[in-house]
Amino acid sequence: MKQSDNLRRIQRRLIFLRLGVVVVLAILLIRMWYIQIVQGEEYAILSEQNRVRMVDLKSPRGLIYDRHHNLLANNIPSFNLYVVLDDVDDRQRLQEHLSVLIGMSVEDVRITMDRHDTPRLPLKVKENLTLKEAAAIESNLSQLPGVAIQAETERSYPQGNVAAHVIGYVGEISAKGLKQEKFQDLVLGSAVGKYGLELEYDRVLRGRVGHKTIEVDARGHERRAIQVKEPIPGDNLHLTIDLPLQRLAEELLEGLVGVIVALDPKNGDVLALASHPTFDPNVLTRGLSVSHWNQIRHDSRKPMTNRAIQGQYPPGSVFKLIVAAAGLESDSILRSTSFECSGRFQMGNRVFKDWKKEGHGLVNLHKGLVHSCDIYFYTLGRQLGIEKLAQYAEQFGLGRRTGIDLPAEKQGIMPSREWKERVLGERWYPGETISVAIGQSYVTVTPLQMATLIGTIANNGLQYQPRVVRQLEKRHDGTFVDIKPLRSGVVPIQHDTLIALREALRDVVASGTGRRAQLRDISISGKTGTAQVVSLGKVESEDAVPRRLRDHAWFVAYAPSDDPKIAVSVIVEHMGHGGAVAAPIAREIIAEYLHSDRVLRVM
Amino acid sequence: MNGEGKSSLGNVLEWQFGLPVLILTISGLGILSIYSASQNLSSNFSWAPLYLKQITWVVIGGLVFLFMSAYDYHRLLQYSYVLYVISLFLLVVVFFDGRSTRGAQRWLAIGSFSFQPSEVAKVTLVMMLARYFSTWPSSPGVLYRLIIPTVLMFPGFLLILLQPDLGTAITYLFVFLAVILLVGPWTRSLTIGFFSILMVLPFLWKWLWTPLRAYQKERILAFLDPTLDPMGQGYQALQSKIAIGSGQLSGQGLYGATQSQLQFLPDGYTDFAFAVFAEQWGFLGVVFLLFLYYLLFMMIIGIGERAKDLFGVVLVIGITAMLGFCLLVNISMTVGLLPIVGIPLPLMSYGGTTLIMTFAVLGVLLNIKRRRFFS
Repeated sequence: MKQSDNLRRIQRRLIFLRLGVVVVLAILLIRMWYIQIVQGEEYAILSEQNRVRMVDLKSPRGLIYDRHHNLLANNIPSFNLYVVLDDVDDRQRLQEHLSVLIGMSVEDVRITMDRHDTPRLPLKVKENLTLKEAAAIESNLSQLPGVAIQAETERSYPQGNVAAHVIGYVGEISAKGLKQEKFQDLVLGSAVGKYGLELEYDRVLRGRVGHKTIEVDARGHERRAIQVKEPIPGDNLHLTIDLPLQRLAEELLEGLVGVIVALDPKNGDVLALASHPTFDPNVLTRGLSVSHWNQIRHDSRKPMTNRAIQGQYPPGSVFKLIVAAAGLESDSILRSTSFECSGRFQMGNRVFKDWKKEGHGLVNLHKGLVHSCDIYFYTLGRQLGIEKLAQYAEQFGLGRRTGIDLPAEKQGIMPSREWKERVLGERWYPGETISVAIGQSYVTVTPLQMATLIGTIANNGLQYQPRVVRQLEKRHDGTFVDIKPLRSGVVPIQHDTLIALREALRDVVASGTGRRAQLRDISISGKTGTAQVVSLGKVESEDAVPRRLRDHAWFVAYAPSDDPKIAVSVIVEHMGHGGAVAAPIAREIIAEYLHSDRVLRVM
Repeated sequence: MNGEGKSSLGNVLEWQFGLPVLILTISGLGILSIYSASQNLSSNFSWAPLYLKQITWVVIGGLVFLFMSAYDYHRLLQYSYVLYVISLFLLVVVFFDGRSTRGAQRWLAIGSFSFQPSEVAKVTLVMMLARYFSTWPSSPGVLYRLIIPTVLMFPGFLLILLQPDLGTAITYLFVFLAVILLVGPWTRSLTIGFFSILMVLPFLWKWLWTPLRAYQKERILAFLDPTLDPMGQGYQALQSKIAIGSGQLSGQGLYGATQSQLQFLPDGYTDFAFAVFAEQWGFLGVVFLLFLYYLLFMMIIGIGERAKDLFGVVLVIGITAMLGFCLLVNISMTVGLLPIVGIPLPLMSYGGTTLIMTFAVLGVLLNIKRRRFFS
């Protein structure tokens, strides 16, 4: 065969090469048609899901101020480190890299990541990055897939533990909590009120979460924002609390277990509410370790209890005010009616004693209150009977919640025949009435109820519901909404009765059991009380009794006597007679409030 | 000339400048894809954006193309064996002293310049075969004559496979088989049968490959080529399909192609340049691009059909097989028809060595086309 024939032969074969090319291109074209035209829509959606992501913008919580615009609860900026685990290709490498940058052990980072079970949602790895850490992260971002730093806010309480029980604290909402209907507008990581006003006014404070639609790259880093719906900040609360007074209250209770409540009797404003021992809301907000939390929870002194509204104590001799009012109102006695006090009171075969062994002699209502004569009130109580006592006590608000705007308020107990049968299933014994008449037995009250009681007397029977928040500030439009004082009732008490009670209360401080509450320039009215923890029987010396069994000291007061501007209730646990310990505390509070002409804004 | 009865398309193909314009158009589209895909890479490659480097390669390639189309290819014929031996030597050097990236030793550095000898070897293999078969004796059916080219081909194939560079090794083997088949002494029916099997082979591969379990695939691929990142295979394949699919009919546009620009699609400037293009220009763009490739192949084969000697014909067969195979495998892997092996898309993927060698060999073809008037 010639060379040229061979050439022709092979050149003819090139038709197969053409064929091959056509077949290849046709196959590719069909495949492209299938992917781009038939399945194109689906892939376009996948592409969109790849690049577009929704990010929640947490709303700043409303701030809390005292009545003089001092800041009580603030938001401080916090740089938080988030990771979207779905964007991470090599977890171990990221863990090692991060641990170097943020000073956490690899182990801790690993545990945090392993615990997270929604890898498509951002996981907060660390809060409160230092500027140095944040800068290190930002400059290494290209090697940190899925990592983002969010500028958020953290709740902070600049006054520390001052008014901690009133303000409360917040915590991060749990994944379980988010499923509840009332938290549906929140997102993972949102702060939610756990205690105090933070809990009570949570809906007002939390605002509305915003959303941002962003375009991300393959490492999960934001490239640009497509759409932003700004969060709406929560409303600010303006409280009735007077910070300098509150501070003083906290100082006075330092080292003690007890409560100070100060109200404005003319409108129910809570000027100070201190319960000790207390806690630091900053610590609780940041989240505690389990062991620390258990330690607080099992502390026998119960720092997490707001004793002002949750502590239920026998009112002791403070209750005599109610017995006196009941006596006069029901015409059982006149102001001049007198009983002989020999220090002993016999009922059946049982003997009740006066706190003063030798007795008070002939005692009328005024003297009975001023010197807190037990025998007088045993006699009057027996005369009135438990039903009348209960009726008048309930008019003054005992046995029911005051309705203060704080969560988990207790109501105390005002016993009656019906109550005892219902709750204990027993009939009422007349001897119990005698104990009730001096505020023992089943009677229990909260310190706030006692403040309300004395405030009602100070305000001529007009009773106001105590309140802590007086104003809401709508942050989105800057308007203020006043919360009107709420008159919760008018105790139907005659003017003469009030005069009698108020004269007696003035003399308690002027010359009676509450002398230690005296101020030189201001006339104070008050009533001492001693809440028995257990019946001690015959004890020679107070010091012989173990401290935890000693009586609680009560003192309730208002001032100035003729135009009351402040009503105070003080209880100090296990400190014996009210006149000795509680009265001076009340005096300090009153002095501070009524003398107060200092610059009110503190930093 | 046999110009009578030609369509107008044929007349276009006849046009002297058709081939250079076609090549430049395809490379231009490649630069555009690289430009958009590598936009966000600039932080990692701050010294020179990749598309600018690619433009440099195209300019150098253009010069090489001009030189090759002017240079008498018969001289090349004489140097073919020498060139092939040199490239084998380079493969040996790279095997012992090459620069490795991602676990494979593929690059040879001379000063600040580095290139891939395997890309050079692909082309010199074609030239070697063309040289060998240009003196094909007139007696068909002499099988023993296949022994020498096989022996010559094998060390190159082995050296490339050992780098390891699976994609180039397969291409290398395919080019060899295609030339043997079309030039060989077999009867026509045998040729047809074998050729069609060869075309179906990649898809048979899919049916043999697919039943394997994921870890088996990963192990095999990792063994054959560690640069392929078998862990990321599924991800890459999916992202590539998403990129192409989301192009739909008319594409997302040069700046709206989020898959590539936000780097969901890795390697959009090299092996996945086609996916970037398809995302940007959609099915219409793909039809246009494939049509350009169609014209290119038809033009190349046309040159072979009218070549005056066997060297030209075999060269055309080898080049067509090489470019066609790369096109098929590259696009097939971007649309999920084949596993991901690192084979570039001719004229479009980023890479200096491939581009310049492709330009050079196409320059030789233009030379053959021009010289058929004179010889």
